[in-house]
Amino acid sequence: MAKLRGRGIAAINYPTGMNLGGDPSQVVIVAQPDGRLVVNVASVELGQGIKTVLAQIASEITGVPVEDIEVRFGDTESAPHDTGTFASRSTHRMGNAVIKASEEIREIVLNTAAKMLEASPNDLEIREGRVWVKGVTDKSVEVKQVISQAQFTYNTPVVGKGFYVKPKSSVDPETGASDPHSTMAHGCTVAEVEVDTETGFVTVLKVYTVYEVGKAINPQLVESQIIGGIVMGMGAALTETVYPRYPVLDFQTTSFRDYVLPTAGDIPEIVAKIVESPTPTGPFGAKGVGEMVVNSIAPAIVNAVYDAIGVQITDLPITPEKVLKALKKSGR
Amino acid sequence: MMIRFYLDGQLVEVDVKPTDTLLKVLVDKLGLTSVHYGCGEGSCGACMVLVDDKLRYSCLTFAASVNDKKVTTVAGLLSDHELSPLQKKFVENNAAQCGYCTPGMVLVAKALLDKNPSPSDEEIFDALAGNLCRCTGYVPIVKAVKSAARR
Repeated sequence: MAKLRGRGIAAINYPTGMNLGGDPSQVVIVAQPDGRLVVNVASVELGQGIKTVLAQIASEITGVPVEDIEVRFGDTESAPHDTGTFASRSTHRMGNAVIKASEEIREIVLNTAAKMLEASPNDLEIREGRVWVKGVTDKSVEVKQVISQAQFTYNTPVVGKGFYVKPKSSVDPETGASDPHSTMAHGCTVAEVEVDTETGFVTVLKVYTVYEVGKAINPQLVESQIIGGIVMGMGAALTETVYPRYPVLDFQTTSFRDYVLPTAGDIPEIVAKIVESPTPTGPFGAKGVGEMVVNSIAPAIVNAVYDAIGVQITDLPITPEKVLKALKKSGR
Repeated sequence: MMIRFYLDGQLVEVDVKPTDTLLKVLVDKLGLTSVHYGCGEGSCGACMVLVDDKLRYSCLTFAASVNDKKVTTVAGLLSDHELSPLQKKFVENNAAQCGYCTPGMVLVAKALLDKNPSPSDEEIFDALAGNLCRCTGYVPIVKAVKSAARR
């Protein structure tokens, strides 16, 4: 009986978006009287940070400060059509739609500011929340004030509409090839484990992981998704199952006492890195992150267990019982 | 039966059935949104509150048992609509994603730090062990608790 250590690796390519009749996202941005913007989307904020990311994107293009942009979600009656929040698609699809809608707002801002500053729209630039006449240091006006004036003085509705859709790709009957997704993100995970051959218990000691996400529009949110994904994947690899642990339904998991999630003390040291290789199809190059980060950890742990005990476990979760049975079968 | 207790510093009176849980009364009768029903059997910690400064699963606590006592929810940690230093550390470390577990996590951290202002890593893990989180992977939560602890 011993505590054996092993190290395993797994790599992943993960698509962003789905081939569901084009997988469209649409957005309407409506200005408020004081120059703030409301971004109406049917994508849903469920903790992943889409509210923050879409506000950042709209701010970058319109020049309205990020704290003055409200992303309203959750009401499909007041927001235009969106396929939904799934398939790691929201930042990519909705981000692209927000860029287009923000560009319409930007055009209104520049045309209105041109009148206010008595200059050509082509001679204007937006930075630090203000519209400036290029090369002139004392001639500028606040973007929010421009948006307000557009409504009150120039009778211009300040509304931006945007959509993003990738045409549906059908399968070539000759080759079987199609182009179903918009971009591929990539990742690689290394796990170090210790297997107790007496109890069959697997402990994850350390995880190194690196994900190529195109562009991390909000690095803290991306890192949070990576760490959350690793821990969720660890649960799938080692403890979580909805199936009966024994072949009768009496032993089905019915509560969190049987369906065992990792808790704070189970978390190994995690070294997470982000690599950026912008995709031409993404908003500022961004790709989808959400699901990919849950997927590479389980195979890395399976390979690490294989490295430690010389037996490949082929179904999850790797319970102590499975480890002990595998060790017995292999005569180790 | 009528019971009265101090909810986040304010005296409340409410008519309850002897079988009502504190969770049911806080959410259904008093309209609180920060106390969350997760599992209803003391396995997840989303419903945690402090009763006379002790951690309790409100889903396993009879409402009648808090008569004349002090019940503190995460909203009770604010002063003048300002987040407490501990809550600010949760924000800074992005220790909430969907937020369902967060009120319980914050209250566990508060109970820990009130008793032990400079806990070791092991003591933090032990304190948080009864609270489940599906989003954050716990790392930012542990970081938030550590940064709120006295060095």
